[in-house]
Amino acid sequence: MSVNHIIEVQNLNFSYNNLPVLDNLTFSVEKGDYVGIIGPNGGGKTTLLKILVGLLKPQSGTIKIFGTDFQKLKNRSEIGYVPQRIAQESVEFPATVYEIVESGLITKKGLVGNISSADKEKINQALKMANIINLKDRLMSSLSGGQRQRVYVTRALVNDPKILILDEPFTGVDIISQKDFYSFLKNLNIREHLTILFVSHDIDTITEEIKTVLCLNRGMFCFGSKDIIHKENTIEELYGKNITHIHHSK
Amino acid sequence: MLEIFQYDFMIRAFIAGLIIAVLAPSIGIFLVVKRYSLLTDTLSHVSLVGVALGLLSGINPVLTAIAVSIIAALGMEKLRHAKKIFGESVLTLFLSGGLALSLIIFSASKGLNVNIFSYLFGSIATVSENDLKMMAGFGLFILLIIYFLFKRFFITAYDEELAQANGLPIKLLNITLMILAAITISISMRIVGALLVGALMVIPVLTATQFSKSFLKTFLYGIGISLLSVIIGLFASFYLNLPSGAAIVISALLLFVLSLIINKKT
Repeated sequence: MSVNHIIEVQNLNFSYNNLPVLDNLTFSVEKGDYVGIIGPNGGGKTTLLKILVGLLKPQSGTIKIFGTDFQKLKNRSEIGYVPQRIAQESVEFPATVYEIVESGLITKKGLVGNISSADKEKINQALKMANIINLKDRLMSSLSGGQRQRVYVTRALVNDPKILILDEPFTGVDIISQKDFYSFLKNLNIREHLTILFVSHDIDTITEEIKTVLCLNRGMFCFGSKDIIHKENTIEELYGKNITHIHHSK
Repeated sequence: MLEIFQYDFMIRAFIAGLIIAVLAPSIGIFLVVKRYSLLTDTLSHVSLVGVALGLLSGINPVLTAIAVSIIAALGMEKLRHAKKIFGESVLTLFLSGGLALSLIIFSASKGLNVNIFSYLFGSIATVSENDLKMMAGFGLFILLIIYFLFKRFFITAYDEELAQANGLPIKLLNITLMILAAITISISMRIVGALLVGALMVIPVLTATQFSKSFLKTFLYGIGISLLSVIIGLFASFYLNLPSGAAIVISALLLFVLSLIINKKT
């Protein structure tokens, strides 16, 4: 194992009701990398992320995080996770931004530990870093999609994770907020050396942001520098159709 | 001194009522935000099986109600987790099954019917010194668990997947919450009644959400509104000779309607 490999996946297999979704997947991610995961619907992107955060158990294969077998990993809070869809975000759940960010830290405290004054300071710092300190007392239900996504990322960041995993975070987020959010993530990757894994359908934008691309269509279709995407027919073959690239204006 | 407090049974009813008023929304809030409010009605119907068994066997019916509703709560959680039955249907299965079974036991044991009414609708005259001690003990136990697990229950209610990805034992937390709900419902039956206890767990929380500025404030407002409902309800029950459970629930409903009116005006 290279010392720089923060995630190592070997011969990973997963199937739903005997239908293979991930077939013998092998790849590794270096510390500080910014990986975009692309592929058609049902290609296994979300399944892979759910396995990497422990929500699903693979049928076979090994996953090592920081060189340790995933099952033996003691500190799960080093992996920050922003899921595709938050169950309660559309309803009037009476939770403030502060309470949601604080809940990220409580998971580190075991079953009965509580939030200390140092923790409160840490939460405020995370809110400041994400530039949402002015929203801290607002109810989540009063925020825009972009603001909510920023809160969930802040919730993940409050634990000082080494890896940040995001699953299609831009569903329902307008284009201006998306650009703002991409620049926030890029800053985290460059300044904080945070390793980021990011699922998106927006191939054009994602290739502007990421360093490495992982193309999934049940098996691994391609993995390497983002330039692979621009090779002839890569995207067309991955999606099985002719794809037209739409370039967003800067 | 007010006439109402010159009777020992009313003082006991008030103490019991205040304990329930704190417990019911403290558990209810998590069920409401999880969209699992119907669980309260299901567990209260199932607890009647325990009451019937208790009256039949001579064991304290509140204890048998706790035991039966805990077993049912675990069964429901197992079925809900297996995801082989639609979520809400699990509750209907247990609700109708519990009511049917309790009716069969009650009808098979003739002569017990005198007691049934007070368990169904609550009665201020039935709270004994022993009941009060048991309620205080269980109440303290429940509040301690809520104090320590409050923020874990919160994030599990907000998003189970997120909580699980963070390494929280969501299965254990869900089971604990259901056990606490089962105990709260069983010990509340004396005052509010099995058929109405669910309302006290849900309505004050709904009223609180009309003014909520955070989850913690909703929790505290819910307790305050529940206390007010119980106090008004017990006064109405004593002076107007109404069943205590019905009077408490109507008070809670009136406060809810008032909150809607105030909320509309502001």
